[in-house]
Amino acid sequence: MEYFIELLFSGLTRGAIYALIALGYTMVYGIIGLINFAHGEIYMIGAFTAFIVSTVLSILGFPLLAIIVLAGLAAAVWSSAYGYTVEKLAYKPLRHAPRLSPLISAIGMSIFLQNYVLLAQTSDFQPFPELIPEFDFMEPFVHIVGSSDMVILVVTTLMMVGLTLLIKFTRIGKAMRATSQDRKMAMLVGINVDRVISATFIVGSALAAVGGLLIASHIGQINFFIGFIAGIKAFTAAVLGGIGSIPGAVLGGVILGLTESFATGYVSSDYEDVFAFSLLVLILIFKPSGLLGKAEIQKV
Amino acid sequence: MISFEELKRSFLVSLWFVFLTFPILVIKANPIERTIIWRWENMFFVAIGSFVLSILIRVVNTQKTKRLERRSASDSDTTTSEPLIQVILQNPRYLYPLAGAVTVFALVFPYLFDTYQTNIMTTALMYVVLGLGLNIVVGMAGLLDLGFVAFYAVGAYSYALLNAHFGIGFWMALPIGALFAASFGIILGFPVLRLRGDYLAIVTLGFGEIIRLILENWNEFSQGPSGISNIPRPGMFGIELSLEAAILYIYYIMVALVIVTIFVVNRLQDSRLGRAWIALREDEIACQAMGIDKTKTKLTAFALGATWAGMMGVIFAAKTTFINPASFTFLESAIILSIVVLGGMGSILGVIVGALVLILLPEYLRALSDYRMLAFGAILVVMMIFKPQGIISNVRRTYKYQKQKSGDVQ
Amino acid sequence: MNNTILKVSGLSMHFGGIQALKQLDLEVNRGEIVALIGPNGAGKTTFFNCVTGIYNPTEGDVILHTLQGKTSRLNGLKPNKVTEKGMARTFQNIRLFQSMTVLENVMIGRHCRTHSFILGAILRTPGNRQEEQAIIERSHEILEIVGLADEVDNYARNLSYGAQRRLEIARALATDPSLLLLDEPAAGMNPQETQELVQLILRLRDQGYSILLIEHDMKLVMTLSNRIYVMDYGEKIAQGTPEEIQSNPVVIKAYLGEDLDA
Repeated sequence: MEYFIELLFSGLTRGAIYALIALGYTMVYGIIGLINFAHGEIYMIGAFTAFIVSTVLSILGFPLLAIIVLAGLAAAVWSSAYGYTVEKLAYKPLRHAPRLSPLISAIGMSIFLQNYVLLAQTSDFQPFPELIPEFDFMEPFVHIVGSSDMVILVVTTLMMVGLTLLIKFTRIGKAMRATSQDRKMAMLVGINVDRVISATFIVGSALAAVGGLLIASHIGQINFFIGFIAGIKAFTAAVLGGIGSIPGAVLGGVILGLTESFATGYVSSDYEDVFAFSLLVLILIFKPSGLLGKAEIQKV
Repeated sequence: MISFEELKRSFLVSLWFVFLTFPILVIKANPIERTIIWRWENMFFVAIGSFVLSILIRVVNTQKTKRLERRSASDSDTTTSEPLIQVILQNPRYLYPLAGAVTVFALVFPYLFDTYQTNIMTTALMYVVLGLGLNIVVGMAGLLDLGFVAFYAVGAYSYALLNAHFGIGFWMALPIGALFAASFGIILGFPVLRLRGDYLAIVTLGFGEIIRLILENWNEFSQGPSGISNIPRPGMFGIELSLEAAILYIYYIMVALVIVTIFVVNRLQDSRLGRAWIALREDEIACQAMGIDKTKTKLTAFALGATWAGMMGVIFAAKTTFINPASFTFLESAIILSIVVLGGMGSILGVIVGALVLILLPEYLRALSDYRMLAFGAILVVMMIFKPQGIISNVRRTYKYQKQKSGDVQ
Repeated sequence: MNNTILKVSGLSMHFGGIQALKQLDLEVNRGEIVALIGPNGAGKTTFFNCVTGIYNPTEGDVILHTLQGKTSRLNGLKPNKVTEKGMARTFQNIRLFQSMTVLENVMIGRHCRTHSFILGAILRTPGNRQEEQAIIERSHEILEIVGLADEVDNYARNLSYGAQRRLEIARALATDPSLLLLDEPAAGMNPQETQELVQLILRLRDQGYSILLIEHDMKLVMTLSNRIYVMDYGEKIAQGTPEEIQSNPVVIKAYLGEDLDA
C-alpha cells in the first residue's frame, strides 16, 4: 500500500509537470492550430536559465529564497522571450502557408535551439542545485512523498488556478478565447490577433519555464536534450486530454504521469518512454479528439 | 537606400537578441568548481550578427517588393526567364551529356581520390537514396514522416540478425531487408495514414522512437545499446575482399543503387500512381472525389519509401560492420528531412543536390561540422520561410505531356 | 427499362444535436437536368456531401442506376467508391490540383478507370504505355468538350475563374460518370462565363449525361432545369417544373420572393 501511495505521488508530480508543459501546446494549438514542436525546447531553455542564474547567484552568496525567486523569474522571463521570438521568426511568416510548412519550421526551430544550447553550454549533464529544501513538517511522510513533490503539486495547482482566472476574466484572456473560436471574426470585432498570439506564446512559455525549474530541481540534473522527451510527453498529455482544451491538458498530464509511474513501478522500468509513446500512438489512432476535445467536422 | 528609421529598428532587433542570448551564450557557470566564465565576446558577435542580418533581410525585402511592383506595372511582359537549371533539365540535348559526365565522374571517383574520400562519398550516396526514398513520402505524397529512420533501422537489423542467426549473406539480405521494411511500412501505415497531416507526423515520430527504444531495451533480441558487431561486408562470389577492396565494392554498389533509384523514382513520378500522389498532396477531398483510394495510394507511397530506407539500412550495416540503436535516432530522420526540404520537395535533382551539399559540406569543412545540426535546424526554418519549393523546384509536368501531345494527338 | 438514374429516399443527417437534413427524397431521371435550390444554409451542400460519401448519412438510401445498367447503393461508401460507381461531383469552392497542369488534372479523373500500378510504372510495359496514352487522349477529348483544349499545359492555378470551374467539370467527366453533381457551377462567374457554362451544361445533357446541380443564379436554374427541388432548413419544401416552382407560394415565401425577378 505504501508503495502504491509512493507511486501515486510520484505519478501526480510527473503529471503536474507534464500538464504545465502541455498547457503551452494546447493553448498554441487552440489559437493557431500548430503543433509547436519547439515548445519542449522552450521548457529546456527555462530550466537552463534557472540553472545558470541559480548557480551564479549561489556562487555570489545570495540567500536561498532570493535564489529561488530570481531563478524562477529569470526562467519565466527568458523562456517567454524565446517563445515570443520563435513565433515571430519561424511561425508568423508562415501563417497562411500550407499546414505542414509551419510544422517543418517548428521542427527546425526545435533542432536549432537544442544545438544552440549544446554549443553555447555543454553536452554533459549539469548538476542542478537543490532549490527546494526538505521541510521539517514533511519529515514523517518522507518515505512516501518528498517535500519537492509537495511543492511541485502546490505550485502547479496555483499556476493552473491563475491561468484559469487569466483566461476567464482578463481582457487578453477573453481575446484568446475569441481568437481560438474564430480568428477571422475576432479580427473583425477589433481584436489584435497578432498580440493575442504573442501573448499565448508568452504565457505558455512561462508555464513551461516554471515546469522546467521545478522538474530540474526535483531530478537534480539537466542537459540540452531534456526538452525533446518532455516535449513529446507533454504533447501526448495534451492530445490525451483533447488538444485545444485547457482542462484536458491537465487531465491528460495527470493520467500520463500516473500511467508512467504505475507502469514503471509494477511492470518494468526499461520501457518507461515506450509507454508514453505507445499511449500517444494509440490515442491519435483511436481517439484523436482526446478525452475532452471536440471532434472536428470536415468542411468541404 | 536604408532609412534612419530602418537602422533604428535593426538596432532594436540587435538589442533584443543580445538580451535574449545573454544568459545562455554569455554566462557559463560551473556548479562543481563554483566558477563563472563571462564570455562577453559572444555578446558582441550576437549584436553585430543580428544587426547585419536584420539590415540584410530588410534590403532584400524592399527589393522584392520593388521588383513585384515593377512586374505588375508592366503586366504585358510576362515572359519570366526560366532559371538555367530548368533549361538544362528540360532539354535532353543538355541533360544527357551532363548526366553522362556525372556518371563517368562517379565511376572514376575512387581512382582520383583516396579510400577515405571514397568512403565519405559512399555515405553521401546513401543519403541521396534515403532522400529520394523520403521524397516519395514527403515530397510527392505530402505525408510528413518523422519516423523514416525506423525503416532504416529495420533494414540494418534485418541484415545483422539474419546474418548472425542464419548466416544469410549481403545479397540475400538486401531484398529481404527492403521487404521487411516495406512490410513494416504497411503494418504501421495502415492504422496511421488516415490521420491528418500534423498528427501523422507526430505518430510516425512516436513509432520511430518506439522501435529505437525496443532495440535499446530488448537485449535478447538486439543485444541492446551495445549493438551488433562483426557484420560481414558484402562478398563477391564468395570471395573475401580486403578492406580497401570492400570499400571500393560498396562504393560501386551504391553508385548502381543511386542510378536504379533515380530511374525508378523518375518513372514513378510520371506515372498514374505518381500523379495520384501529387493530387493527394494538393487536396485530399478532391482526390477522393475523383475516385482515388486515399488509403491505398498513401500506403503505397509509405511502403515504397520504406523499401529504400530498408535497403539503405542493409548497406549501412554492411558498410560499418557494426550497428547499435544510437544510429537510428530522431535526428537521423531530421537530417533526411532537411535534405528533402533543402533540395526541393518532389524534385529528384533537388534531393540529390541537397544530400550532397548537406552531407559533404560538413565533411570537407571540418570547422563547420560542429555546427552541422544547428545548420540543419536553421535550414528547415529558413527554407520554409523564404523558399518552400527548395533550391531546385519541381516543374516537370508542363513539358512532359506537351511532347506526347504533339506526337500523338495533333 | 428503368429510367431513373439517382433515387434518394428518406435521407437524414445529424451533426450532434443538429439535424442538417430531414427525410429528403429526390430523383434524377435519365437525361434530365435537375436543380436543387434553397436559401443559404438550407443544407444543399450537406446533401451533396451525404450523397457523394464525404459524410455518412444517418438514415436513408441513395441508389444509383448507371447508364451501363448497374444498380448500386451508395450510402456508406467512401467518396472514391461512389465515383467509381458512376457519380462525380464538382465543388462549391474550387478544389483543383493547383500545381498540376490542366491536362493532368483531367488525367487524375481517369485514375479510377485505369489500373497500372507500381510495377507497371517502373517497367512501362506496352500495355501500360497504351493505357497511359489512352488516358492522355481521353483527357484531351474532354478538354475539347469543355473548351479548354488550348490550356492543356497551363497550370490549373493560372486559369481564369470561369475556366477553373469548367476544368472542375472536365475532371469530373473524366471519371465516366452517369450522373454529374455540380455544386454552384456559376458562382462568381461574369455573365459571359455564365452563358458559356449554360451552353456547356446543355451540351453535356445532349451527350447523355444526367445532371444534378445546386445553384443560386435563378435565371440559370429556370432556363436549364427540367425539374427543381427546393430545400429550406434541411427539408424539402417543394418540387416541380420551373413554372410550378415560380408560382409556388411556399417557395416564394421561403426564399424566392425577392430574387425571382433577377
